[in-house]
This record gives sequence, structure tokens and C-alpha cells, in this order.
Amino acid sequence: MGFMATSESYVIAIGTKKGLWLATSPDRKDWSLSGPHFLMSEIPSIGIDTRGGKTRIMVGVRSEHWGPTVAHSDDLGVTWTEPELGAIKFPDGTDAALERIWQIYPDAESRPGVVWAGCEPISVWKSTDGGEHFELNRGLWDHPHRSDWGAGYGGAAAHSIVVDSSGEKVHVAMSTGGVYRSLDGGASWEPRNKGISAYFMPDPNPEFGQCVHKIAADAAVENRLYAQNHHGVYRTDDGGENWDSIADGLPADFGFVMLTHPRREGTAWVVPLKADGERIPPDSKLSVHRTDDAGGTWKELHTGLPDHEYNAVLRDAASVDTAEPTGVYFGTRGGAVYASADEGETFTEVASHLPDVLCVRAAVVVGNPAGAENPLAAAEATLVAEAEEIVEAAAQKRDPDAEDPATVPG
Amino acid sequence: MADFTVLLPGVLQPLVGGQSYLTASADGAVTVGQLLDSVTGDYPVLARRLRDETGALRRFVNIYVNGDEVRRLKGLETEVAAGQEVLIVQSVAGG
Repeated sequence: MGFMATSESYVIAIGTKKGLWLATSPDRKDWSLSGPHFLMSEIPSIGIDTRGGKTRIMVGVRSEHWGPTVAHSDDLGVTWTEPELGAIKFPDGTDAALERIWQIYPDAESRPGVVWAGCEPISVWKSTDGGEHFELNRGLWDHPHRSDWGAGYGGAAAHSIVVDSSGEKVHVAMSTGGVYRSLDGGASWEPRNKGISAYFMPDPNPEFGQCVHKIAADAAVENRLYAQNHHGVYRTDDGGENWDSIADGLPADFGFVMLTHPRREGTAWVVPLKADGERIPPDSKLSVHRTDDAGGTWKELHTGLPDHEYNAVLRDAASVDTAEPTGVYFGTRGGAVYASADEGETFTEVASHLPDVLCVRAAVVVGNPAGAENPLAAAEATLVAEAEEIVEAAAQKRDPDAEDPATVPG
Repeated sequence: MADFTVLLPGVLQPLVGGQSYLTASADGAVTVGQLLDSVTGDYPVLARRLRDETGALRRFVNIYVNGDEVRRLKGLETEVAAGQEVLIVQSVAGG
């Protein structure tokens, strides 16, 4: 229903302080920008779910006036749906209210419909219906450490969720609190921060309390993860039991971004910032740095990026796609968005002068992206979809035994 | 039975089919909280825009009863008498 599948194309979803923009491209060279959607609401989180040959864009929306909510689109932004009772809602008895959705993470292809969310106040949620309704993870919410977790500068965030292939081993990272690991699918959690510095605390090596900015899993090596810390870049090869510095070779060990390759072992990207107290690129020169040997060495990637830049790149304002070669995307707090179709070797500017970029997600999608950039096509697609629904409803009326043809349009 | 009217700002009116106000009936006076429960009963998205899941009024949502902001009165426990105007206004905020 909705769009006819035509061919592969590429979409970048750009969440900003004042709304969402979508960029689409047939070739990752020429990009068409549409938006804003949700004007004047911040979009701190985006998940693009391409499992099962469909594309669902989920966004965490937060209005300063009207609060947070989750919306999704199955037609690349032509229409948006918000569950009436809210997708994420703290249950009775918690005495808590949702402040912000920091992370929306579609799980593996082998677990269709499963979507995780990380939120403020610090909490992890799981949906089994494609992101329409989430349940609070009680193991983490009831953790005895929770009252000691703090808020980073941007708020108290459960911002990283990494699930292994079995679905049993789950790592989350929070600011502040550090890395927590579950070995039972999220039922119970233990801190795993040995080796990660919390230099800003009286004890610089606490069991928990670190300000880990982002974690990501290696594509191929089980139990290997990478972390960008509040000063410090680390790798673990044993599922978080021990973290070792891989910051040598970088111009600075501060930053927010940690990306990993979707398939290749040992490849990760960071976007260094000078220091906690000077959150600008080193030498005010905006560069991405990539390792292809799990942090042993780093290569500066600057082609196409500005020589003078004074804005930071936030933790979720960067993404990779799953194409070959892998695309790398990021946005700045100055409202510029850059795309690379060659793993960061060269970047082109996709957008500029947007509001602060909070979240960037990119994906290879099947279908015609015209609706996202062409109002007439969008209107036509809506009419087609409505007509199909009427036809389906009529068909169902004739055949009362017919199965529900589709609960999720698109 | 007394009739109560709650006036909505333009930005919220699309959530209630374009209506600029909602009405409810009750025997005698009601509290602002009870009135919100009543008028948002059929509009759960509107309800979530005004109050969080603990029932608290969102920080930048202001409700006036006869010109007085309810936070200066008894909050959501403020009583509304028949004929009094209840007005929802968002704060001037942001940048």
C-alpha cells in the first residue's frame, strides 16, 4: 500500500532543535531536502526500520510546551501517526513522567517488530509491535543504582542500546552512569565500566557514574565494543569486562560520536572535539577520524569539510548506512549536514543553516522517495492509499474469513 | 446541571476536530482537574499535551479561571463555578 517499490534510494533523517528534515537521493551524490516536519519541536531521536522490506521512520518528538511523544511514518514522511495514548508512558506507581526520547533502536532482522528506546528520566523501553507501544524495562528502572545516576549537560540520558545477535546480551550506556550490561535479555543489569575514567569524580575509577557519551558494537567481533567517553576513547574485547584506551593517534579524546561499520571488523568513526571546556573541533578544523584496525591507528578524514568550524557534533547527530561502500553522515550544532558515500574519504554538504542538529539517521530504502520532497506526489500517494483501504475494506466485507491484510500501512 | 466551557489555543484545535472550545456538564462546581478529565475524555492526545502521565500540568501550559492562572490559586484543585471562563494558553517561551 502507499508507494510502489521502484528501486533503492537513500534517505537521511535529520532531527534538529526545531523540527525534522528529510534528505533523499538516488545515488548519495545529489540530495533533495524536505521539511520541516514537526516545526518548533525538537527531534532528539530517530529510528529508521527497514526490516522486512518496509521502511518505517520513527521519531522522538519533544515540544517544550506540549511534552514528548513518538510518531512514525510508513511513507517516508508524507504522513505521521502518533498512538493516541502515547507509545512511551511511565506506568502507574513509578511516579515518573517521560521527558525526552534519546534513542530509538530497531533490533535485528531476526527479531522483527522489536524496537528499543532509551529515555529521560534514565530508562530503557522495548516495543514488540514496531515502535507503536513500548514497555518499561523494570530490571533497569528498579536498579539500586538508579538514584545515583546523574544528568549530563544535555539531560539524563539512556542514549545507547546495543543488542547482540542472540538478543540476550544487551549493553546500554547512560550519561551519567556509564555502561550497564544484561546477560538475560534485559531482565537484570550490572555496571561494566572497568578502565573507563571518571576523572571528574572524587574516585576517578568508580564502579559506575562514568559519563560515557556513546557506545557501538564491532560489526564482526563478538564482545568487542567501542566507547566515546567524556574524555577517553575505549575498546572492550570481552563484552565490557575491561575497557582499554584507543585514543592514541587522535587529536583529542573528547567528543560524542561513536560509529561502527555495519559489516567490517575493526572499523569505527569518531568526531573529536578539543576538550570538555572547549567543545570545538581541534584547531577549529572539522574532521572525522576512522580506524580500520579497531583503534590501533586513526586516519583523519577532512575532504569536503570546513577548515573553520566552531560547532560541536552531538552524540546521535551521526550515522552510517548499510550500503557498499558504507555511507557516513553527520550534522553540527550549526545546522550543517554532511554526507560521504565512501566511508568518510570525501564529504559533501547536504544541508546548511538548519537549527542545531540533534540526531541523524541514514538508510537505504526501497521505494520512490518522491513523496518526501514533492507535495503533489505526496497527496497522490495519500489518495491512492485511501482508495486501496476502501477497496480492501469492501473486499473484507465480502469475505468475513479474510485475514487482516495489513495492520501497518505502507 | 451546569455547563462549563474550556477555550483552547489555536495550536491545539486540530486535535479536537478544529473546535475552539470544549464543553462539559456537571452538578455544581468542579475542579480544573475534573474539568480537564471530562473534556479530554474523547481526546487522549489533547490530554497528553496538557498533562503528563502523573497528571501534572505541563510546565509551559497555563490555565486561567476567570483571568487568574491556576498555579496562583490551587492548581488543578482550583474550583470552577458555572459560568466562569476556563482558558488554556501556552507560555511565551523558547528561542
